[in-house]
Amino acid sequence: MRHRTLVYACAVSIVIAIAMAATSSVAGQSAPLEKPRAVAKTVTVAKAYAPPKTPDGQPDLQGFWTNSTYVPLERPQGVTKEYYTPEEAEVAIKRAADREAEQTEPGTTADVHYDFSQFGLDRSQSTFAKTLRTSLIYDPPDGKIPQMTQEGQKRVAERAALRKAAGGQYDDVKNMPIGSRCIMMGGAGPPLQNAGYNANYQIVQGAGYVMILTEMIHDARIIPIDGRPAPPSGVRQWTGVSRGRWEGNTLVVETTNFNGKNPFRNGSENMKVTERFTRVADDAIEYKFTVDDPSTWSKAWSAELPLVKTDGPIFEFACHESNHGIANILAGAREDDKKAAAQRKPSSN
Amino acid sequence: MQSRLLITTIAAVSLAAGVSMAQAPQAPAARPATRPAAAPAYRAPRTADGKPNLNGIWQAMNTANWDIEAHSAAPSPVRDLGATGAIPGGIGVVEGGSIPYLPEALKKKQENQANRLKLDPEVKCYLPGVPRAVYMPYPFQIIQSTKHIMMLHEYAGAVRTIYMAEQVEAPADSWMGWSNGKWDGESLVVDTKGFNDLSWFDRAGNFHSDALHVIERFTPRSADTLNYEATIEDPKTFSKPWKISMPLYRRVEPNAQIMEFRCVEFVEDLMYGHLRKQPASK
Repeated sequence: MRHRTLVYACAVSIVIAIAMAATSSVAGQSAPLEKPRAVAKTVTVAKAYAPPKTPDGQPDLQGFWTNSTYVPLERPQGVTKEYYTPEEAEVAIKRAADREAEQTEPGTTADVHYDFSQFGLDRSQSTFAKTLRTSLIYDPPDGKIPQMTQEGQKRVAERAALRKAAGGQYDDVKNMPIGSRCIMMGGAGPPLQNAGYNANYQIVQGAGYVMILTEMIHDARIIPIDGRPAPPSGVRQWTGVSRGRWEGNTLVVETTNFNGKNPFRNGSENMKVTERFTRVADDAIEYKFTVDDPSTWSKAWSAELPLVKTDGPIFEFACHESNHGIANILAGAREDDKKAAAQRKPSSN
Repeated sequence: MQSRLLITTIAAVSLAAGVSMAQAPQAPAARPATRPAAAPAYRAPRTADGKPNLNGIWQAMNTANWDIEAHSAAPSPVRDLGATGAIPGGIGVVEGGSIPYLPEALKKKQENQANRLKLDPEVKCYLPGVPRAVYMPYPFQIIQSTKHIMMLHEYAGAVRTIYMAEQVEAPADSWMGWSNGKWDGESLVVDTKGFNDLSWFDRAGNFHSDALHVIERFTPRSADTLNYEATIEDPKTFSKPWKISMPLYRRVEPNAQIMEFRCVEFVEDLMYGHLRKQPASK
């Protein structure tokens, strides 16, 4: 607990007002809907910006970044446009931040579980990425994940049946969510996703490799950029297997070979994720990803989630080592089983 | 025994190479007197920023993870594993032969060893700590940049960030500690403090307190080997500092890569199986 607290305390980094203060000239532009747009600030500088280079000449993506944001993956109901005006965006952020703050309502389950007024749980207290986008998904243009194929729907139904057959969530540790079990958390991806709190990343580049460390459960992706062939299909991993390359100043990473145990948005293990990292400002990386999985979706879909600079360092997140929650939850459930059995016995006599 | 002999052999070869190199005009002259006798006379290739290039996937090839001290071969601690789980012998990696435990600490070490299946953090897939992470029977990758050097271990996905630029005191205790690094000639010297008291040095119950301070030297000895030394200080556990040393070998396969070894799911039944819902009794 001491460790956790420190993590949050040390995360007290500069609350960067990234660029939301879109200049009136940017705001005044009629945003062309066909083209995805980055953080407002980066739009104005992207064309002229020349990223710094590492000593061996690669575009330099290194440092500490966060993808914390209030922008939802899919476009909210009732919103029909791709971009808010800066004023509308502030209203949307405030609405989302207020919703998050409601979790501090004394006596609620959420409040008992985590004190959201504690630094780091409430996104608005820390650095978070702002964009005028109404949804992270920009393709398809309606901002929604495409229709699932019949094959995909069948798989979802089969998975649900398997879960049901396995019993209640607290019958066995294997029935509990992957994150609660400290196996991995959503932020690691790929694709990288805004995982709520501690949405922090560190990028380090060495000869032939780019490393992306996700704070949550110290998940490090080691991405070779040396042109090696694709991995054999028999190798299946939680985070897949990644291969990277530079296209100009953009790092392109293709990931395949998922193990299907932690399906992203109900995708299959044959999903291919293509990520594009482009440094567009000293304090921003434009991050786009495309998910291609014909057995799940009728067409590929793409989203953009900015990474903004944050203060380091990243602390050790020893999740499993301190995971008293699992044992306590399961022990509590077994106590409930005993009580239920004791209640049944007298009445059955 | 094997590894020690190998060190000597390779050192001798490297020294010979150094002598012949010394005839070249720019070659460094005599080794600094403070260097250990086995120090290799080898100059590593440089990274683009001019530092010895330690990038690569490395692995120890010894039985230190079973027991860093000298030990004979022994049957598997788990009967059903037969010879597949048996303990291979080893001459030990502790310089001077044995660890200078304080009397109380020695007792605890022996208790640890007697109960290792219950107590060894590795059994539960816990983070390995330092220096154990370096010589576990899994590879680790060094990704070397100017400000940060990453040590990425296959076992449990353990991660260590070596801070080369902004060096601060450990802000909190942790399993892997807080590592500040510097270059000393050919060597990467890593100073690590801020440990908790939960990790072990091996499966034999060798342990430490939260006063642990580890100073490591990673020194290239040839294109594909490093010399690894770690000095261990912990006045709550040991009567004096002591040292381990061993070579580390590059995984030279062109397709070598650190694989996922996300072992949490492998230990869930062991750790939580007794809390599984039982079929209703009749």
